[in-house]
Amino acid sequence: MDKEGIERCLTRIAYEILEKNKGMENIVLMGIRTGGVFLAQRLQKKMSDIEHATIPLGILDITLYRDDISASKKKPHLGETKINFSLDDKIVILVDDVLFTGRTIRAAMDALIDFGRPRMIQLAVLIDRGHRELPIRADYVGKNLPSSLWEAVRVDLVEKNGVDEVVIEEET
Amino acid sequence: MKFERKDILGIQDLSVNEINLILETAESFLEISTRPIKKVPALRGKTIINLFYEASTRTRTSFEIAGKRLSADTINISSSTSSVVKGETLIDTARNLEAMNPDVIVIRHSAAGAPHLLARLVKQSIINAGDGAHEHPTQALLDMMTIKEHKGKFSGLKVAIIGDIEHSRVARSNIYGLSKMGANVVLAGPATMLPRDIEQMGVKVFPHVEDAITKADVVMMLRIQLERQKQNIFPSLREYSQRFSLNRNNITLAKKDVIVMHPGPINRGVEISPDIADDPSFSVILDQVNKGIAVRMALLYLLTGGSE
Repeated sequence: MDKEGIERCLTRIAYEILEKNKGMENIVLMGIRTGGVFLAQRLQKKMSDIEHATIPLGILDITLYRDDISASKKKPHLGETKINFSLDDKIVILVDDVLFTGRTIRAAMDALIDFGRPRMIQLAVLIDRGHRELPIRADYVGKNLPSSLWEAVRVDLVEKNGVDEVVIEEET
Repeated sequence: MKFERKDILGIQDLSVNEINLILETAESFLEISTRPIKKVPALRGKTIINLFYEASTRTRTSFEIAGKRLSADTINISSSTSSVVKGETLIDTARNLEAMNPDVIVIRHSAAGAPHLLARLVKQSIINAGDGAHEHPTQALLDMMTIKEHKGKFSGLKVAIIGDIEHSRVARSNIYGLSKMGANVVLAGPATMLPRDIEQMGVKVFPHVEDAITKADVVMMLRIQLERQKQNIFPSLREYSQRFSLNRNNITLAKKDVIVMHPGPINRGVEISPDIADDPSFSVILDQVNKGIAVRMALLYLLTGGSE
């Protein structure tokens, strides 16, 4: 998927979020570090342009909530979590780049609950590649990308890698 | 960068990259202490033993809170209520604790090198919470984190450390750390409290406090250990306070945006006048305490790993 493809997906998701929730009242976006943050920022801009108002954006690092954290010898780098608003009674839109096993989303939901009691949590992802290990599904999907377990799906974004593209590559 | 260490024994053997990684990780942990629910599940099922052979309020509480906010189980042992009073040696105590399978042992001991001995002896991670007059690495890390937040950098900063350098593990760890990070460390104190050949650590020594704090970006006051007076190291508290305390008059010699630090517990009116210690435009003393929890959370997080 190329730059235009990614942009079109995000534009559609922005409209879908607003349609499903009948506007942007009580909506907050929550980007999951690191890929989800850039996508959430882009969605924020698109939705703000459509509705002419600003949607709050939070950044969530789920490292401390991972279920494999105590088993891994080397600790993953910990980024900052930044949520400058209350989540109570909000509709939280979790944003991530790739939905795979669902474990990241499980961790993200546990983390969110520690910040308050959202009215609802919805999930937006750019790519759904299947192979779920937990009963989790996305509310907004950019593209379904059936892939084999031996492949890796890489999402490059301008903000991070200087180019917008989604590629499937052989797991090395 | 990956953190590869089993133990944190001192700042002397940490690299600049390792210090930066610890400080960055700690900065990410700061936010947890401001949440409505101040707890994350990262260290669920881990056990941390705080083994304190010396009195402590700040450090022990800070380690305990750090462990609890990460969901670890923390156990405190102080020498007065342990088998130490029955004559058990440090080595025997350590072997017995090891047999109980904790994940981290935090130790404070009056003998320099006690944590190093433990680190060789047991398989668990050891964190030095102060060993004699040798090192107090977690204090230096939280001091560096506080300086970094207020000044944004280390290189070129003038940091004055004032007081009883000879008996101060805080001073030694900070000299190692701050020099490594590129700060310019200067010392002042009575001649009886300055170790011989301290210049070999790359610091400048002044006999008068005024010379040391002139144009300083950071002034770090050390606690005068009142019990030292008996050893004839200084004649009287009053004389010490007149010659070496930080007060309204001499602080004007430092830079306008100087920050004043103190590892605590402070002797009000001895090494620092109360109006300076309590003045939020200079004093970052309570900020240091706040950073201490984040630094200790970062170390516990980085040290506890699985078996593979």
